[in-house]
Amino acid sequence: METLLVLLIHLLKIIVVFSILLGCIAYAVLLERKLLGRLQVRWGPSRVGPFGLLQPIADGLKLFLKEELTPTRADRFLFVLAPLLSMGPALLAIAVVPFGDTTNLFGLLDQPILLQIADIHGGILFILALTSVGVYGIFLAGWSSDNKYSLLGALRSSAQMISYELVLGLSITVALMAAGDVSLRNIALSQGDGFWNWWIFSPKWFVLPGILGFFLYLISAFAETNRLPFDLPEAETELVAGYHTEYSSMKFAMFFMAEYCNIITVSCIAVTLFLGGWYAPFPFLPSGGLFGCVWFAVKVFILVCVFIWVRGTLPRLRYDQLMKFGWKVMLPLAIANVLLAAGGILLYEMWHGS
Amino acid sequence: MALLDAYLPVLILAVIAALFAVGTIALSFLFGIRKPSETKQEPYECGMPPVGDAHERFPVKFFLVAMIFVIFDIEIIFLYPWAVIFRDLGLFGLVSMGLFLAILVLGLAYDWRTGILDWGPEVRERRPLVRKEDS
Repeated sequence: METLLVLLIHLLKIIVVFSILLGCIAYAVLLERKLLGRLQVRWGPSRVGPFGLLQPIADGLKLFLKEELTPTRADRFLFVLAPLLSMGPALLAIAVVPFGDTTNLFGLLDQPILLQIADIHGGILFILALTSVGVYGIFLAGWSSDNKYSLLGALRSSAQMISYELVLGLSITVALMAAGDVSLRNIALSQGDGFWNWWIFSPKWFVLPGILGFFLYLISAFAETNRLPFDLPEAETELVAGYHTEYSSMKFAMFFMAEYCNIITVSCIAVTLFLGGWYAPFPFLPSGGLFGCVWFAVKVFILVCVFIWVRGTLPRLRYDQLMKFGWKVMLPLAIANVLLAAGGILLYEMWHGS
Repeated sequence: MALLDAYLPVLILAVIAALFAVGTIALSFLFGIRKPSETKQEPYECGMPPVGDAHERFPVKFFLVAMIFVIFDIEIIFLYPWAVIFRDLGLFGLVSMGLFLAILVLGLAYDWRTGILDWGPEVRERRPLVRKEDS
């Protein structure tokens, strides 16, 4: 009985989070089109429903009814597998993100439940593993299509993603050192209410490693999600549509949704590691239980808007500039930041004699 | 048991995510129209008839990047356990990790010097417009 109840709660949590995630993906697309429209002094989609709010549904229906093409020379198995491989890990990554502390739903439950699907110990490692699998999805898509543009896009993408994955990993290390743990929940718990208790602005290592780490993370996250200014894998002026040139209908939508899902996940991780997770920016604001979820959602929303804002403002880099920037600027900076943070934390602790 | 408890929700979510992904593709396979034709199913090359196979040779640079990646990725894997307990190790931990990183930075410097990290055409000095012997 007991185990059945636990299982039921798990299942409910998963279904709620999963449907919210899918809704967020659909509306992130609309948000992007709207915001990009306003950045370019036009309205964006406004015809379907009030303020164009039904646009994602219309798009989804349209994509369902579109013809599905498979090039004759494509490797059929890998061609179908690739979109699944990029969508699956993207959806799975949300499992370890903590949205808030615990809640008993306003006294409805006897025992408080965790606001997180699974609190596994190696949360960060799980996320990194999934991003690595995501590379396979993109590479297999380009390889199996037997299209020159796709192959070029896939090659570029895999080289770019593995290069920036290093910076991503190193910038995360800083937060791990500060919190002394690899579980995302414990990292969030090591911060607190008030923005000076978040690792980005924390004085516990003299501020600089936090800010530098956060921006290194954010920049490499742009590259990991193949977003402008790093969207070389699908640069439409050079490669038609890059790795998904040959994909149509729902298989194309898989890549599209995976990209937005990755943006949301990457923002969630940034919020958890650097921006205080579910904690409020000032101590007098409530952040317990479901209030925490609201703060978390607000922070993720702001970061997603930053992603769109950057897309609206920056031009695309050239490929050699991209690799040069990744290996010659970002990587040394990230390594230096690790040592800087280590020195900072040790100095602070010596200072305060703990 | 505790381990299984922690990972069970992940497993359930994995199944749901896989079902969702496969289901949407299957649905579009059922509902989508299909009128295949020979030209439609050729690889897209901006309207030109495609020449040859796409699986051709590609620059060795991509392999080199993958190889350096493996080395640095292992470095990061070594870094994580250290990062979690480096407070207990204190100055000794900082110095030893500093040495370890220094060796890898030396490797990076070597890669930098040998030009593995340089992409694109080599930068040549621009030829002067007027030759020396002419002036």
